Amino acid sequence: MTGAQALIKSLENQGTEIIFGLPGGAILPVYDPIIDSTIRHVLVRHEQGAGHMAEGYAQATGRPGVAMVTSGPGATNIVTPIANAYMDSTPLVVVTGQVPTAAIGTDAFQECDITGITMGITKHNWLIKDPRDIAEVIAEAFYVATTGRPGPVLVDMPKDVAQSEVDWHDAPQIDDLDLPGYHPRTEGDPAAIRQAAELLSQAERPVLYVGGGVLKGRASAALLQLAELSGAPVVTTLMARGAFPDSHLQCLGMPGMHGNYTAVTALQRSDLLVSLGARFDDRVTGRVDAFAPSAKIIHVDIDPAELGKVRRPDIGITGDSRLVIEAMTEASRDLARADLSAWWRQLNEWRERYPLTFDAAEEGAALKPQAVIEALSANSPADSIVVSGVGQHQMWAAQHWRYDHPNTWINSGGAGTMGFAVPAAIGAKAGRPDRTVWAIDGDGCFQMTAQELVTARSEQIPIKVAILNNSYLGMVRQWQEMFYEERYSEVYLSPDLPDYVKWAEAMGCVGMRIDSPDDVVPAIEKANAIDDRPVVIDFRTDEREKVFPMVAAGASNDEIMVHPSQRDGA
Amino acid sequence: MPPEPYSGTKSHTPVTHHILSVLVENKAGVLSRVAGLFSRRGFNIYSLAVAPADDHERFSRITIVVDAESAPLEQVVGQLDKLLNVVEIKDLAPAEAVERELLLATAELSASERSPLLSLVAHAGAAIIDFSAERVTVSLTGTPAALNAFEASLTEHCPSLEVQRTGRVALPRLNPSA
Repeated sequence: MTGAQALIKSLENQGTEIIFGLPGGAILPVYDPIIDSTIRHVLVRHEQGAGHMAEGYAQATGRPGVAMVTSGPGATNIVTPIANAYMDSTPLVVVTGQVPTAAIGTDAFQECDITGITMGITKHNWLIKDPRDIAEVIAEAFYVATTGRPGPVLVDMPKDVAQSEVDWHDAPQIDDLDLPGYHPRTEGDPAAIRQAAELLSQAERPVLYVGGGVLKGRASAALLQLAELSGAPVVTTLMARGAFPDSHLQCLGMPGMHGNYTAVTALQRSDLLVSLGARFDDRVTGRVDAFAPSAKIIHVDIDPAELGKVRRPDIGITGDSRLVIEAMTEASRDLARADLSAWWRQLNEWRERYPLTFDAAEEGAALKPQAVIEALSANSPADSIVVSGVGQHQMWAAQHWRYDHPNTWINSGGAGTMGFAVPAAIGAKAGRPDRTVWAIDGDGCFQMTAQELVTARSEQIPIKVAILNNSYLGMVRQWQEMFYEERYSEVYLSPDLPDYVKWAEAMGCVGMRIDSPDDVVPAIEKANAIDDRPVVIDFRTDEREKVFPMVAAGASNDEIMVHPSQRDGA
Repeated sequence: MPPEPYSGTKSHTPVTHHILSVLVENKAGVLSRVAGLFSRRGFNIYSLAVAPADDHERFSRITIVVDAESAPLEQVVGQLDKLLNVVEIKDLAPAEAVERELLLATAELSASERSPLLSLVAHAGAAIIDFSAERVTVSLTGTPAALNAFEASLTEHCPSLEVQRTGRVALPRLNPSA
């Protein structure tokens, strides 16, 4: 068989059911056997879309996303999704075409050094020079992408390697892969786990600080057990919304720059943070030296380099989140527990005094974006998947949608990639066709990648898009209002240019424009009833609306700005 | 003031340097992966030496002198260990390691200047490995400190001097307390 056939067969053997991609010169030979393959191929309109779709697919299903593009610009166009997946630890296998081996290094047509470019944003990458290596490299690529701390990998496939003849051989079993430098640890150190359980049982103001690693480790059920056994409050970071049900009494919601007052302040006042698959990101800690000053730290992460990277833990445990949480629960069972009632009295007082809030829309004025999200959440199936772009709408979607199920919230957390929502939602829906998938997007984000709705329509992937159209790059506008003396520089976009309804219709979608509060719920119901094509709703929202609470960049979490109506004197 | 990075003939070593002896798979691009990691994480490399390890086909050993002030050493080691091609990392504190480095220097000399140079070479235990009518090339293997001293004396005696150093290699001391 050819190298191209060996590559496709290898992808099939890894259980690949779908590839998001776009062909071109150097990858042409690999596209030929796709015709005869069981793998579905989704033809995107821009390679960035392929990468984000693969990410959305991976986050919704827990399986690695696979994308395939050609060399040169095809490869560089997918660099942003690779960087995004690296920041959010999303398992991705990206196959790029490359110019023939003899042409490498000659500045050939559509040549670029994509393994060099992506070295710092992949877990690893491979340039295949010998077709006999294909089976091993693909097996290694999937193994590396999905084990340990998951992440993107890239396989660069020169055209002549794809065209050459090779005898097929099965890839070795995982234990026989030749990876002498790769040994991810999954079991935590039992002594450290016992110590951690003891600390947790003795703490008077503990908080379980839950990050995306709990979702990656499929540890939600285990977390529920530990939380209920310990009685400790739980905060779920931007990457972990849904890892613990918002409806659970012990859930305090999201901490961080736009976290709610109780979640932020609980971390600040706690005497013990149990960090589970979180990485003390600057958006969570605020000023690091003022973060949770009196807390001891238990840090559980599958990546040992995270332990002590930002904050030195009192107990550091390297291991898989589910295994460690389960072991910690077991070790906790027989321990006497400290009385948390004073802590809960304090937390409940904060919850009562500083709930997430926003002003009601004035008569005849634009919609409140938070109200639109609450209506979406209340009128969509409970297991709907929500995908957002980056900016104000992302924060409101993280705050105001009620997340009760794991892997129902997908966003670009670490990298903050605008334009993520539409393609990632398509990938999520492709992987979970049984679910309702809502992209909650901003007007700025939507304009970056909206053309993938053509892909969605032609591939029969009926996602729904709610554009919170405030005619601004809203988060930048918010910062200019608050920190740049209302000097609005290059943030105005216009509500009508483009005409989002016509644009949606031109792409084969149903388009609606909603500017009255009374029409919000009927439009959502109508959208949820449509299952044969994508729907886009242009919600006209209030440009003045800002995301609160807010901790200014570089400020201490103690300086949290709550909603104006909750401030002293209000 | 952070110490200056290693550059050419300056062989200033930071007080808090550590020596990492890194066994890597001998694959294309591995040096680039290691060097790239240091630069993008903001870790300073003072010197770096690479050579095939025992098993020439499969492994190489990279000896990196790293400024432990630029980042906590455990962060450097932790991130380095995540590179797929990195098989083993040994952290050698200077007091627990024997270190050696090689220096080559070419001096331009008139006949009258030769004699002081020759005594300098003899005194340091260096060797003359090449010469022409006007120039002489000497070599010295020793501790980085010995090489620093030799280089300083050479610079003093020979205004026109070209020096190359390899960067150090190191192994654990057999009697660390000695």
